[in-house]
Amino acid sequence: MTSSRRDFLKIAGASALTMMTPAIFVPAWAKDVIVIPPGQGLALKKALAAGRWAMTVDLTKCTADCTDCIAACHAIHNVPDFGNPKDEIKWIWKESFASVFPGEQNAYSGEKLQKLRPPVFCNNCENPPCVRVCPTGATFQRPDGIVMMDYHRCIGCRLCMAACPYGARSMNYRDPRPCIAKINPDFPTRSKGVVEKCNFCEERLAKGTLPACVEACRQKALTFGDAENPRSEIRRLLKTRFSLQRRVHLGTGPQIYYLL
Amino acid sequence: MLEKALHGSLRYRIWIACLILVGCAGFFFYLRQLDYGLGITGMSRDVSWGLYIAQFTFLVGVAASAVMLVLPYYLHDYKAFGKITVLGELLAVAAVVMCILFVFIDLGRPARVMNVLLHPQPSSILFWDMIVLSGYLLINLVTGWVILACTKKEIPPPGWIKPVIYLSIPWAISIHTVTAFIYAGLPGRSFWLTAIMAPRFLASAFASGPALLILVCLILRRWGRFDAGEKAIQALAKIVAYALAASIFFVGVEMFTVFYSQIPEHMHHFQYLFMGLEGHHNLVAWMWIFAVLSIAAFVMLILPGVRRNEVWLALACIAVFVSLWIEKGLGLVITGFIPSPLGAITEYHPTGPEITITLGVWAAGFFLLTVFYKIFVHVRGGTDGSPCGPAVDKMIH
Amino acid sequence: MKQHKWGLILLGLAIFAIAVTFPFWYGKGKTAPPVLSLETPEIAGLADKKCVEDAVFMRANHMKMLQAWRDEAVREGKRVYTANDGRTFEKSLTGSCLQCHSNKEHFCDRCHHYVGAAPSCFDCHIVPAEVKK
Repeated sequence: MTSSRRDFLKIAGASALTMMTPAIFVPAWAKDVIVIPPGQGLALKKALAAGRWAMTVDLTKCTADCTDCIAACHAIHNVPDFGNPKDEIKWIWKESFASVFPGEQNAYSGEKLQKLRPPVFCNNCENPPCVRVCPTGATFQRPDGIVMMDYHRCIGCRLCMAACPYGARSMNYRDPRPCIAKINPDFPTRSKGVVEKCNFCEERLAKGTLPACVEACRQKALTFGDAENPRSEIRRLLKTRFSLQRRVHLGTGPQIYYLL
Repeated sequence: MLEKALHGSLRYRIWIACLILVGCAGFFFYLRQLDYGLGITGMSRDVSWGLYIAQFTFLVGVAASAVMLVLPYYLHDYKAFGKITVLGELLAVAAVVMCILFVFIDLGRPARVMNVLLHPQPSSILFWDMIVLSGYLLINLVTGWVILACTKKEIPPPGWIKPVIYLSIPWAISIHTVTAFIYAGLPGRSFWLTAIMAPRFLASAFASGPALLILVCLILRRWGRFDAGEKAIQALAKIVAYALAASIFFVGVEMFTVFYSQIPEHMHHFQYLFMGLEGHHNLVAWMWIFAVLSIAAFVMLILPGVRRNEVWLALACIAVFVSLWIEKGLGLVITGFIPSPLGAITEYHPTGPEITITLGVWAAGFFLLTVFYKIFVHVRGGTDGSPCGPAVDKMIH
Repeated sequence: MKQHKWGLILLGLAIFAIAVTFPFWYGKGKTAPPVLSLETPEIAGLADKKCVEDAVFMRANHMKMLQAWRDEAVREGKRVYTANDGRTFEKSLTGSCLQCHSNKEHFCDRCHHYVGAAPSCFDCHIVPAEVKK
């Protein structure tokens, strides 16, 4: 039996296709024998834990021209400054009251309200649209409510940026490292092509310290705590004060409460 | 059969050379983009999707439109389409390849694209889009190629191809529905948050795709030694007319809901599109060109006398294709981001490299299309006259 | 005609064999195996000079271990690794590994260059010594 060139090419093509066979079809004898034991220890002993992390921002204390929280956050997390709004990356920034709370202001609102510059963060939503749309699980929700980014897995499709109703996410449109003023070695920089956002300082919580913005705020306007613990400071504030959440009608369950 | 594409007239060779040249230019700039990052494009923090994803959205429609040939021929035995269903299927293949390329070049970390399959997330519409698009590519590649090969050998196609062809009909609807769901399910983007998104996508798809096919048929009749038949072309023209009517109607329905309800969040996007918002009116001229062209094309297509005139038909089809490209390939995606969730208006200006890469992908698609149609014409040259080769026709019906 | 064909096939096979084995005989003798340096003040200060697991295991499997650490620390919040001999470590490239192996160029890079591996860890993770410079 002679085979034609055509048959040869067909067999070669089919063989090449088998290389795309997913790993589940790997027979047992070809599997990796080395297994790294999974994490026996859970968290470091001093880690802070909560049922649901949340934050309150006291707008009566937060001053319009202060940027301490932003500076602290961006320095600790190696957030680059590209010097242009197009590629900009920000974890915390300040906006006018009307932009943060569309519809909560009217033409006759007092100067006090109009002059407010509330800081905005990722809301670490209870029902996060970004997590719903992510095609790889690169962004996911932890049991304690923090919406995490796994920079190792992100493919940079930016569907999460379209899905986030708060504009909380930034894309690394270029290599951030050359544009970081002073690199903090304890936190990774990101690489070009991944999306990033505020992570409620989960790396600090793991080591037993509060988020950097909370520590940096001299007005003590930021309170961070467990919203599921009825005795927490944050619950006391929410019980006694009037609070707003951003675009709460969208059903995302934002975990940042603004106190007025 | 592929060897048929290697020989051709001087005009064919010049056309192929041009496509390769544009493709190479695009590839060159894509390498730059890989090196520098997506910052080389005009996309920004506020407008995080641009030309690439817009082209993807438009071309999914072109791909889905093959169903407008397959359905009448295979389900309703509409014989006039027998000669050209393969053209539709091959157009779908080229369009899906362009779609996949456009999504791929839009990724920030393309090397990690397989993460979508390694860590599948059934809640993500993009995951499903990847599945339906690759499935649709496979279905059309197989059916188009098998039917063409059988026509060449003048043998009946194998029996298993029939269920595959039937599967391609709902599958075509699915690719555009899933693509619409990428947009229509996002809570913060009021421009896209509309249940009519998927029907609107399908209507514009069934106008733009067949319009392109009519143009191809007219070109092949004049220069390609292949006549699709006046009956088939006129039937396609009617499909374009009705689909375009539905498309314009759907846009009108959107505008009524938005402007009569007067909800600012929904109104701002349409104001930006057609009137400009707070001094920003990048897309206003484009959108009025869309409005004028689509209505003009509709008028041309519903008048039988005009429609039967080859020149007017060609003009109408160009108008349909261009206007729907503006509406979907330009206006729909970008405007979703303007204004931003925080009310900021950031205009989007595609950069030179971005436009070159986009053209490069289009050139790659047209290269595929040219090669497919060249082979098609060659194969059909021998069996011209009967709808799909007598043997094929017998098997199907 | 048949003879002629066999000649061509053999020639093709010979070219294939040469091309496939090229890296093995071309590089032979030209590059010395890398010498990895353990000369850091941190390692010198250790009473028991032992890595997280023993050296043979680490040499062969450090990449798998780092991958496992990475996923568990980031995705599951499991940040403590208990070694076979009971010692515990924080699952952290910068916080644990690089604390001892502070000489990346003379440790990580030497071997990675030799075997032509280009791990992307350090695109994001920072070598503390390089920042302090």
